[in-house]
Amino acid sequence: MEKVGVYICSGCDIDKLDIDKLKNVAKEEFGIEAKVHPHLCSKEGVELINNDLSELDAVVIAACSPRVKTAVFTFDGKYVERANLREGVVWSHDIDVHAQELAEDYLRIAITKAQKAEKPEPHLEEVSKDILVVGGGVTGLTAALEIAKAGYKAYLVEKEPELGGWAAKFYKTLPITPPYTQIEEPVVSKLIEEVKNNENIEVYTSATIDAISGQPGMFDVTINQNGNAVNFRVGGIVVATGWKPYDASKLEEFGYGKFADVITNVELEEMAREGKIVRKSDGGEAKNVVFIQCAGQRDENHLPYCSSVCCLVSLKQAKYVRELTGGNAFVIYKDMRTPGLWEDFYKEMQQDEGIFLTKGEIKDIKEENGRLVVEVTDTLLGEDVEIKADLIVLATGMVSTLKGLYTVKEEFPDEKTVPYKHIYEPRLIKSDEDVEVLKQAGHILNLQYRQGPELPTLKYGFPDSNYICFPYESRRLGIYAAGAVRAPMGIASCIEDAKGAALKAIQAVELVAEGKTTFPRTGDIDFPNFFLQRCTQCKRCTEECPFGALDEDEKGTPMPNPLRCRRCGICFGACPERIVSFKTYSIDQMASAVKSIYVPDPNWEEGAEDKFRFIVFACENDALPALDMAALNGIKYSPLVRVIPVRCLGSVNTVFIADALSKGIDGILLIGCKFGEDYQCHFIRGSELANRRMENVAETLERLMLEPERVQVIEVSITDWDKIPEIIDKFVNQIIEIGANPYKGF
Amino acid sequence: MAGEILVIGGGIAGLTAAIEAAETGYDVILVEKNPYLGGRVSQLNKYFPKLCPPFCGLEILFKRMKSTPKLKYFTNAEVLEVTGEEGNLRVKVKIKPRYVNENCTACGACKEVCPVEAPDDFNFGLKTKKAIDIPSIMAMPFQYYIDDRYCDKCGECVSACKYNAIDLNEEEKIIDLNVASIVVATGWKPYDATKLDNLGYGKFKNVITNMEMERLASLNGPTGGTIQTMDGKPIETIAFVQCAGSRDENHLPYCSAICCLASMKQATYVREQYPDAKIYIFYIDIRAFGRYEDFFAKVKADENIEFIKGKVAKVEEVDGKLVVTAEDTLTGVKNKREVDMVVLATGMQPAIEPIPGIELDEYGFVKPKPGIIPAGVAAMPMEVASANESATGAALKAIQVARR
Repeated sequence: MEKVGVYICSGCDIDKLDIDKLKNVAKEEFGIEAKVHPHLCSKEGVELINNDLSELDAVVIAACSPRVKTAVFTFDGKYVERANLREGVVWSHDIDVHAQELAEDYLRIAITKAQKAEKPEPHLEEVSKDILVVGGGVTGLTAALEIAKAGYKAYLVEKEPELGGWAAKFYKTLPITPPYTQIEEPVVSKLIEEVKNNENIEVYTSATIDAISGQPGMFDVTINQNGNAVNFRVGGIVVATGWKPYDASKLEEFGYGKFADVITNVELEEMAREGKIVRKSDGGEAKNVVFIQCAGQRDENHLPYCSSVCCLVSLKQAKYVRELTGGNAFVIYKDMRTPGLWEDFYKEMQQDEGIFLTKGEIKDIKEENGRLVVEVTDTLLGEDVEIKADLIVLATGMVSTLKGLYTVKEEFPDEKTVPYKHIYEPRLIKSDEDVEVLKQAGHILNLQYRQGPELPTLKYGFPDSNYICFPYESRRLGIYAAGAVRAPMGIASCIEDAKGAALKAIQAVELVAEGKTTFPRTGDIDFPNFFLQRCTQCKRCTEECPFGALDEDEKGTPMPNPLRCRRCGICFGACPERIVSFKTYSIDQMASAVKSIYVPDPNWEEGAEDKFRFIVFACENDALPALDMAALNGIKYSPLVRVIPVRCLGSVNTVFIADALSKGIDGILLIGCKFGEDYQCHFIRGSELANRRMENVAETLERLMLEPERVQVIEVSITDWDKIPEIIDKFVNQIIEIGANPYKGF
Repeated sequence: MAGEILVIGGGIAGLTAAIEAAETGYDVILVEKNPYLGGRVSQLNKYFPKLCPPFCGLEILFKRMKSTPKLKYFTNAEVLEVTGEEGNLRVKVKIKPRYVNENCTACGACKEVCPVEAPDDFNFGLKTKKAIDIPSIMAMPFQYYIDDRYCDKCGECVSACKYNAIDLNEEEKIIDLNVASIVVATGWKPYDATKLDNLGYGKFKNVITNMEMERLASLNGPTGGTIQTMDGKPIETIAFVQCAGSRDENHLPYCSAICCLASMKQATYVREQYPDAKIYIFYIDIRAFGRYEDFFAKVKADENIEFIKGKVAKVEEVDGKLVVTAEDTLTGVKNKREVDMVVLATGMQPAIEPIPGIELDEYGFVKPKPGIIPAGVAAMPMEVASANESATGAALKAIQVARR
């Protein structure tokens, strides 16, 4: 940006600094006449800026933290850079010569960044706003209908010849709206009718997906319908492929496979649909039916998680027994899990005198005189109980249809690759053939992405996301999972869930149509540019992008897909050749910002510790807010430290470190989010990548005879504001102890 | 894109619904009755099962809000009445004075001179605040407000404010909105524990609620994050009483869905500060559904956390110690534990007060009807992840109407 305006606020104690000296920095070092206002965020203050706007490309606001007054200091079409003089200097430091130097450096950094920024243009393409829904069960049907009701066209692809999924195979279902008290006729047939009659939904049954290539807004889908290829283009995708029952043949301990009259809850549904509940062994009516809860679930050897709905399903099926045979149903459970308003259903079933509910553990299942006997121990009554059963129904759990599929390479590392810490069970592969074998296990999307064909998963085959706060945000822009593929859930929840994923898909197509990205930097139009003439095909960027935005040609050169990109800058942090940059976040910009820091003359007298200089690269999502909060609490930290916010620690390129060290900076600290299984990084693994890269930097430092301690990575969470200042000061003292950077002055 | 969407409630569900709809391209107005956004989750120390701070997700939500010009919000705002029908709903909103305008830079000079100490609702009265204060350190908007229940209009703050941000004469406003659809995300309030006479709340000072425990454990709470008894003593033994009001015909007949997990989470707070403390969790059923079972397994692995099945019959004070007695209704077996502190896992009650035009069910949850879409705990008890899912789905239903 050529024309940069600098505006300094002197309010909120900033006037304790020498404002004239700050103005001098702008004037003498950058040739910019800075303007000062005592209340820059006021109407008059903003007016002062507005009056100059027509002459400016970029505005530097030297005032409070970029996290406050953000809307006030947003100017259409202008690049804004904030120098954090309030939280970053006057509220977190004693006002002295060091604080003044700190403020001056922050001003230098901000002006440099503004000057080095370029005007971003959106990546615009002719996009489709149609949406593909994969899976024709309750979730998929609902998603397609809701998408159509919102005015978008939906393609619904189902692998079976009929729509309806599991719900169509059930005798009756749990209620889908309150009051949750009675079992109901399945709603799915009504949904199927509605879908079939909706002219905005195109249905393909007996169809699987051969390939999906491209990017959001322009996904080219090839489906295989009974051997015939059909092609269409969509903008977004909802994955609603549901669940599969846990393989009961593994449940020998419950007598499955050994006794004919031990069946699963899925088999009972089939039986009930036939209108009778009978012993499989001899066809006689089953008068006493025992339901065994957690048949595999909550068991490390089978499914460690709870399938959420099996308690309710067994209660429902107990009602089948009552209705169809008039016999008795016994439900043996560990904990009766009917959360929320489902308690009403539990209470209703308790009213039925033929339904017996007992907490207990299964001790044994045996056959005595031709009848099955269930031995229950650890009951509430404190004694063991034996129940004679005509039929035993195992309440088996739900497994995500993504479980067991070849999803992305990172979940199947080879011997050379270090697995990411958030991958729960990395499965080692030895050769390309292994991958081919894995791929035979089935597929859902067949994405033609360099990183792999399916949504990346976290634990148990559930799609990877920050599942508490942002449950739909997957790691593939434009592709969102819903229903039992995402987490075990019942029909009522599936219907709700379908709506959420449908909204996200619609939102994605609307945003990419304008060249904007989605969560968490929603609306950002700037995207990374690759100067490929200098690419050495090292493949770091294509491997490390958490969102699979980069494909590769046969030589290994990245092929960017800007509409898949979430703008974290991890590719830019990865590139050793420094050829990846955004217009508003570039290697040159950041490296120049680092170099703009004033490093005092190295020829100092002994003990001049206050001439040390440090840089903290702080994640703008967690570390920066934590530092702001430290300032609000009046917690002070060393004024020798310059905090430079970054989009993600993963966007810190080692060149920034090298530049800093050669400039004479004494130590560099990277502060970012927690990583591992419970990662808090909004870009999945940015902080973990930073950690890995800095391990390599440490080796380089040792070669240069520099102490590896000079570069460190720290994980924090946003509420660690009491700890960060301490961490910073400890680091500063540690390096001062070690001594000055010997490269200072060279 | 025809009409606007109104979101009532600025907690996690309301924020999510509003932001998701606005980012999809719709004009959204959000109204929140508190002077700050963030709702209940902003009072929580951590989320289960990841034990991560709610501020982390809120920060992202607030950031998205700031860059979404299509989303406007009012704090201190209450909906008085809804009339009309889907596509053309008329809403009367009362905006109570904040007395502090957007000139406020949150410099804090006003608070320093304010002579009035007032109970701090954000901390359930466990600490005081000033009559002019900022609701919390992460407050959005990051702007002071005057609590007019306590302010005596002495004017000290007005003189101290350099930015002409305080107007003690600001008056209540009524605004009329015309919107296509409404997402009702009014959330929940903790069940009034004083109604649980047998559990000693209000009688014994060391019987607290789970929400009070969240504040005790929070760095920005009354004790700076130190969990201790109300007499300031460390915790050696502590009991969590599940279903305190929930699953009880005399109180909340339904299950509040989150309290088991919340208590287990709080057990980890205690453990972090007291490696040897004995922790007892009295429960009827442990409802750790889905992937949360992993969290249950993790907590259960702690030898000093004992899960005791049984509904707590009473909490008494004997020789300065609290005694918790649980009785198993089937066997009559009694379980007693002597503890320093008792945490009642009080349930969630819908927070919405009756509003003409919005229908509530027998428990007080919001009933859906065309154009009026409940989201989050306004619809039924649920945890944060489900509230976000519910809110995103509600955003879809809202835009379906708004686009017509």
